[in-house]
Amino acid sequence: MIWRSFDWFLLLAIVGLGWRSLNDRDLFRAVIQFIAFGLLAAVAWVRLRAPDVALAEAAVGSGLTGALLLSALARMRRREQQAVPPRTEASE
Amino acid sequence: MGALSWAALSLPAKPPGLAKASLDRLGESGVAHPVTAVLLNYRGYDTLLEVGVLLLALAGAWSLGRGEQPAENPQSRPLLLSLLRVLLPMLLLAAGHLLWIGAFAPGGAFQGGALLGGALVLLILGGLARRALKRERCLRAGLALGVLVFAGIAAVTMALTGGLLQYPPGAGGALILVIETAAMVSIGLALGLLYLGGQPPEGARRSLLATPPDHA
Repeated sequence: MIWRSFDWFLLLAIVGLGWRSLNDRDLFRAVIQFIAFGLLAAVAWVRLRAPDVALAEAAVGSGLTGALLLSALARMRRREQQAVPPRTEASE
Repeated sequence: MGALSWAALSLPAKPPGLAKASLDRLGESGVAHPVTAVLLNYRGYDTLLEVGVLLLALAGAWSLGRGEQPAENPQSRPLLLSLLRVLLPMLLLAAGHLLWIGAFAPGGAFQGGALLGGALVLLILGGLARRALKRERCLRAGLALGVLVFAGIAAVTMALTGGLLQYPPGAGGALILVIETAAMVSIGLALGLLYLGGQPPEGARRSLLATPPDHA
């Protein structure tokens, strides 16, 4: 019974987090939700008795992809900061 | 969506599967864990191509230009460095453990390589990888190691047994360990170096003129 409700929680949380991370306007929040999504997906793989996939999902899908997305985001922001100020000054 | 749901619903309740076939021949595969047996023996060429795909991904990132080191942030450094002092040995140990245990339990080159990649990302963040990143020839050699060793063993076994990655009887376990060790190094390097978002920054000779030398 407990496991069944846990599985339902996992199911809803994974779908919900996936949806939120795709639709969030704030990209930083979207990335964090994606990382949480990956960790819950890893737990789901454990529940499906596939610990191999779970390990890979937690390490690559959540950890490294999360780090890559965060660094890409930081780089994007830096470029925006370099590019935006002159434009806003001109428009004001 | 409708077609997908229909396909999911029309799956047989008890799929025939290849689990029994793979478990029956497990003794001949050289490893005791069915997943590793599938990945590196029964379907070894899939894994060979996967390691190649990772190398291609990194080549793609490198073709975008030079990446940048994360900016030095002296305030976060003491914390990060003391964390690294604890984490790095554990990450290395865990990577080796996962590689070794992959023969008879969940684990293997990809999981171990992911840990190595994480360790490399932490090193880059801590500013400790600057000198290593300048030795691009070594990095390239390490990156190519996995595919080269894998393909080399594939060629030799093909010459010996006539089948691609069809290991001679009894040699499976040792060959798989060699392949996985080389693959783990390359996977770790590739995953970690992807973090730079491009080719490692310029070598020492030119950057010495532009920036003060760092004492990492």
